[in-house]
Amino acid sequence: MPKVKMPRKSTAIDMTAMCDVAFLLLTFFMLATKFKPDEPVTVVTPSSINTTLLPDSDVLLFTVDKDGRVFFSMDGQPKRKKLIEDLNTQYKLGLGDKEIKSFVTGASVGAPIKDLKQYLSLSEDERKKSGLDKGIPTDSANNELGAWIEYGVAAQGGSIAKLKYCIKADNQTPYPKIKEILDTFKKKHIQKLNLVTNLEEAPKGTAAWEEANAPKK
Amino acid sequence: MAEMDTSSSGGGKKHGGTKSKKQSTRVDMTPMVDLGFLLITFFMLTTTMSKPKTMDLIMPKDTENEKDQNKVKESTALTILLGKDNRVYYYEGLAQDPNASANPDFFKATSFANTGGIRDEIIRKRDEVSKLRNAKGEPEDVVVIIKADDQANYKNFVDILDEMAINRIQRYATVDISDQDKKWIQSTEAANGVPNTPAAPPAK
Repeated sequence: MPKVKMPRKSTAIDMTAMCDVAFLLLTFFMLATKFKPDEPVTVVTPSSINTTLLPDSDVLLFTVDKDGRVFFSMDGQPKRKKLIEDLNTQYKLGLGDKEIKSFVTGASVGAPIKDLKQYLSLSEDERKKSGLDKGIPTDSANNELGAWIEYGVAAQGGSIAKLKYCIKADNQTPYPKIKEILDTFKKKHIQKLNLVTNLEEAPKGTAAWEEANAPKK
Repeated sequence: MAEMDTSSSGGGKKHGGTKSKKQSTRVDMTPMVDLGFLLITFFMLTTTMSKPKTMDLIMPKDTENEKDQNKVKESTALTILLGKDNRVYYYEGLAQDPNASANPDFFKATSFANTGGIRDEIIRKRDEVSKLRNAKGEPEDVVVIIKADDQANYKNFVDILDEMAINRIQRYATVDISDQDKKWIQSTEAANGVPNTPAAPPAK
């Protein structure tokens, strides 16, 4: 038997390829990531079988937490700036540059309009502590939600047709509160709303399930 | 041992005495890959790939509401009531006929369960109504009337709307609950031994 000399192989592997892949993925995720804007409250949305995506822009989002506090948010800093300036002049809030900037760059707001100046001058944490984040009043005596909708629409400029009104409410939000909000929209003659939900699969054996799983011809 | 470091200069090879070590160009990339994957993991976990979905909700105009309500036939209607603690009640028709609603079996309780819940009832009613023919000889559509009690929560509301989408119910409406409905809910709860005090989970 001839003696075969096995070449001694090095245990070091060429990691260049792996490294390339790793950094490619890293770059992808870094570019694709969009950090979630800070929510003032945690909201667990119910699930539905709807697959329509929530659009990124042209949205007036009303967040309702489980105690029924309503928060308003809108995309687009120029729009937010217009909105707060309109509110400032209309309600004579006397907001300074600092408060306006805080609104423009901030996320959701939820306070009665008269408290807005104080509310905006505080930081996110202080708002929670001070108990000023009472939510936007929606009761019929003092329905400021309507005002927010109105000014939100006015701040859109030309693109009202694309505008969507989204309601993101918690599982535990009592129904009367939802009804108040829906009624407010109704009064503003806004009939088409979007409810933010999570995706869940249609239960087996139902009409929707059969449609989704129908063999493609 | 006075050796010169000739590794950087090129001409050191010829002289047999000083053999320069060939330095490998390989760099140990393990820490770099480690770091790379660590960052990938971080971004993968923080990124939100699944965006929230939305459910369209189109509400009727107030003025049209009354007309639509009147158009609904007793035979094609199914009324669903949402109560507290995820309870669901239903009855067939619109409860406009006092004789029918006097029947103790008229007002029924059920749940959101996948089987034996409200869905089975909706499907049954839908199939039953589709056998009926209207004046033109076309199959009738079931009309589901949704009434939510004050103690219902948002989840129930979305769930029942979702039920409409799941079962492809074309015609449904959300209507304010009537006092009569509230009374029925209360008496059914009392009959089933549910305490009358609001037993909903504490608000805070």
